[in-house]
Formats: sequence, structure tokens, C-alpha cells
Amino acid sequence: MQARLVETPERPGLDDRPSNGPAPAPAPVPVIDRGADERPAIRVTAATESAAPAAGEPSANDMVLSLDDVSCWYGSFRAVRDVSIAIRSREVTALIGPSGCGKSTLLRTMNRMNDLIPSYRTDGHVRFDGEDLYGPGVDPVAVRRRIGMVFQKPNPFPKSIYDNVAFGPRINGYRGNMDELVEESLRRAALWNDVKDKLKQSGMALSGGQQQRLCIARTIAVEPEVILMDEPCSALDPRSTLQIEELMAELKRTYTIVIVTHNMQQAARASDKTVFMTMGEDRAGFVVEVDDTVKIFTNPREQLTEDYISGRFG
Amino acid sequence: MTAATPAADARPRFEPDLMRRKLAGTLFYGACIFAIVVLLVALLALLFEVLRQGLPWLNANFLTSPPSSRPARAGIFPALLGSLELGIMVGLMAFPVGIAAAVYLAEYASDSRVNRLLQTNIGNLAGVPSIIYGILGLGVFVRLAGLGPTVFAGALTLTLLILPIVIIASIEALKAVPGSQREGAYALGATRWQVVRRSVLPAAAPGIMTGIILAMARAVGEAAPLIVIGAFTFVTFIPNPFAGQYTVLPIQIYGWAIRPQDDFQGISAAAIIVILALILILNALALVVRARLSRHIQW
Repeated sequence: MQARLVETPERPGLDDRPSNGPAPAPAPVPVIDRGADERPAIRVTAATESAAPAAGEPSANDMVLSLDDVSCWYGSFRAVRDVSIAIRSREVTALIGPSGCGKSTLLRTMNRMNDLIPSYRTDGHVRFDGEDLYGPGVDPVAVRRRIGMVFQKPNPFPKSIYDNVAFGPRINGYRGNMDELVEESLRRAALWNDVKDKLKQSGMALSGGQQQRLCIARTIAVEPEVILMDEPCSALDPRSTLQIEELMAELKRTYTIVIVTHNMQQAARASDKTVFMTMGEDRAGFVVEVDDTVKIFTNPREQLTEDYISGRFG
Repeated sequence: MTAATPAADARPRFEPDLMRRKLAGTLFYGACIFAIVVLLVALLALLFEVLRQGLPWLNANFLTSPPSSRPARAGIFPALLGSLELGIMVGLMAFPVGIAAAVYLAEYASDSRVNRLLQTNIGNLAGVPSIIYGILGLGVFVRLAGLGPTVFAGALTLTLLILPIVIIASIEALKAVPGSQREGAYALGATRWQVVRRSVLPAAAPGIMTGIILAMARAVGEAAPLIVIGAFTFVTFIPNPFAGQYTVLPIQIYGWAIRPQDDFQGISAAAIIVILALILILNALALVVRARLSRHIQW
């Protein structure tokens, strides 16, 4: 079964930076092409309203991704039901919940990776800096460069370490100094010292933890704004897991990170906000509670959340 | 329904009978050895017989002379060049068309009933007797298209013959590339063509190249379809690929092998040695290409 991209005709949509222009500065400020009079309001959803933020109400501009009544369908099966959450910029947001509750599906909805599944459909709105990612004329290819993804199982390309990192910049028409970009990306992924003498060796010869950091370096190299991580440590040993978590703490100074994890300690250690999901009788996942991670793990509002984090369920 | 506890049942719950299980393994091992010995003996006997008959006739003159009615002066030069021309042309045509068809079926076409039907039928085409392709080539390329009994017409026919093999092998190679590789490329903002061109095809290249080279070895060894389309000729010159007659090694071998004289049997065996060497070289090439292309690949 082969994946199929929903390909929309090229329009000045999400990414209006010239793809082969001069090298963009690190952590670029997104320029969104939209009509001056239709500046979309980013709704603060019920879930986030009750989040009781510590230091004042977050301004709408802090919310880089906002999901509004999002439902995810595989054919006639609804995997995720009516999710309304907002992801704040330069924070780590963790999605936790029992297996099969739709965390990964929801994550993959945030950069249109699920478009690759033929029967998949999204209802509702996913707004990225105010623009609907599923709106007409939005090209998923452009979306994915700005919202990158790191997968559960490290999936380096069967190429050299250098070519793994250079892959994204090359396909996106990067015109700057590739050696510098590769080095910078590997440094930011805390991998440079491990691999600087063997850049020509296969990325697949690295250890699992190194492979995952290579995948992170590869993702950083195309200068995304958001990095989605789908259980990035589930295939790694505790030491590599710790390294990835330290890396996330470092990366969130530049990037917004959304991470799906089954490891509750990881969510508690590494995230600022936690979204707890579970599923109903119809196996459709839904969001139970969104709050500061500290609050979720010490004093959750919902009984379901408390049962889950204390290990009585799931 | 009672729980079968050791106390409730006098019989032990496990009967390991290790001796019997190991004996079964030993028997199967023996059967495998027997099969491989039968195969090797048959192959070696064939090879030995060919070498015994053919080696005395094999020399530089044999490679560089045209055929002759006198075995001592006969050579395979035109047939050898005919085979080389044919092999190169078949490779040049089957390579792009086969890969493109496989990429379409494996990467672009949706996984529909039509697609699966198409792939099954391509698989069936790989099993059609080659002489049928010869009849097709005679009707379409030699007569309808007016190409005449030329190398080009033969190459087109053999391309059709090996395309199913190339396509099936390439589809298998493409399907063996894990989906996570495609996702990884898509997640970096690659278009579908970039995913195919830069991620999937390089990863599948070793398998694809192996399939193509082995299919070419098959094409170089074919005689039946070429006999039908008029390559069974007495040629003493270097064949022009697009005009005039030609012959190929398997047909030259056939032509000599059907003659009763011992000497012709000898030069027939000598020609067999040459074609075996040619196919061995192609297979070695497949190994080298595979090793080179898969340096980085270890799923």
C-alpha cells in the first residue's frame, strides 16, 4: 500500500519565502501570507482557559499551534474526537495517555503526516500561526518543512552521517554553506563530538541513541519552527533517553516541541505542559485535561487523570 | 473443565523426548545435504563434459574468426558481437522502462484492485514461454513495424521478454524499503518525487540493479525467440544493429550442436564455454554493483 500526498496546486500559501533565496537566519520568523482583513483570531479553548497559567493569561501570539474541534478519521473509524488544545511557543508539550487513544494520530495531524494514509481525514481546524493547515491551497509539503517530526524508531537514511543532515537542506534548495549547516545542526543535536571524525560513515552504523540524535539534527537542519516527537525514546536505553531529554530542554529555547510519550516520568521531567488523553467506549480518543505538567502530576482536576498518572489505569 | 495440575494427572505435563526432536532435525539436515549434492554433481558433470569437449577448440582465433564450414577455421566473432550488441540494447531499453513501471506501480498507483490485478498479470507474463515473445516480435517488430530481422528488432523482443522480470524484481526492491524511510523524507518537506528520487530509489538500487543484470543474463542466453524472428543465419561480418542480418551465441551453439560431426560438437562446446563466461561476468557484475550500492544500507 503506497502513501499518497494530497497535492494542491502551488499557490503562495504557507511558505512564501523564496526557497532558493539566501540562507535564512536561524530560528526564522514566519511570514504568513494572508489577507490583511482576515487576521484569524486564535481561540483560547475551554481546556486552556481553565489551565490557570502561573504568570498571567498567555497572549494569543504565544500559541503557535491551536487545534479547534479536531476529529481524526480513518475511513469510518473516528480515532480522535473533538480535540481543542493550544500549543504554546518555545515550550515542551507532552501528550500522554493509554495505548491506542490517538496521541500519535493527533500529533501527525499537526504536520499533515497523516495525509499519507489514503483513508485518513481531519475535521475541525489546526491553526499554525493563525493559518489553517488544512485550508485550501495549503501545501502539506510546505507545512512539513516548518513543522518537523522525529519518529518512534530512529530512521536515518542509508547514507553517510553528513548526507543524512544535508538531505533536508538539499531538497529545500538551501544555498548557504552546507558544511557549516551540517556542523551546526549536529552540534545543536549534541552529536557533533561523537561523529565529527566519521561524517562519511553510514548513519545506520551509529548506536540507537546516536541515530535518534542524528534524526533530530536532520530535522533541525531545515530550520523548522515546531518539532513533533512521536515517542522518540521508546527504542532507547535510559542513558540515551536522558540525553534526548537534556537535548529537548536545550532545543525548546529555539523551537516549540510537542512530544508523545508513554513514559510518565519523561513527561513529568521534560515537559512544561501536559495533555492527558484517553479513549471512550467507541475507542475514539479525547482530551481529558490540559494543564501545566506540575499541576497534572501533583494535583489533577479530573479523576481519570489521577487514576492514570497514579497507575490505577492504563 | 478441570485444571490439569500435576497432582490431578499422573502423566507428566511435558514429554520433552529430546532424542526424537533432535532426530527430526538431523534427518532434515541430511535431506538438505542430499539435495545440494545432487545439484552439484549434475552441474559439475555438465561443466566437466563441456570443458572436456570444448577447451581443445578454444583459442584466440576462435574468438576472432567468423563461422566456417570447416570446424578448424570456424569462430564465433559475429555471434559474440551480436550477443553483445543485443545485450547492451536490451539493457538500455529495459532499464528505464522497467524502473519507471515499477516506480509507478509501487510508489504512485493507489493500492487498488486494478493495481493488484496488473501486478499479478505482470508476474504471469514472466512465465510465458519465450517462443511466444518471438512470435509477437515477428509479427509486430519485424513485419508490422518493418524493422526486418535486425538486432534492433531482436532487442525489442527480448526487452519485452525480460521487462516482467525487471518490473517484478524492482517492485520487490521498492517494497522492501521501510515506510519509515519515506516518512523521514516527507517529514523534512520532501515532495513525492523527491522522496522517490532521493530516498526510496537509492535505498532500493541494489535490489533493482541485481534484478536488471540477472534479467540481462537471461536475455543473452535466449535462443528460441530469436530463431523465430530470423536470427538463425550464417553471418561472417560485424552486424549493424539497425540493418542486415545477425546471429547470437546461443543460436550459433544450436547451429553447430545439431550437426553430427564430432568436430562441430567440439566448437559448439567451446562456444558454450564463452557464453558461460559472459553470463558469469554479468553475475559477478551484479554482485559488485550490489555490494557497492549497499555500502550504507543495513536496515
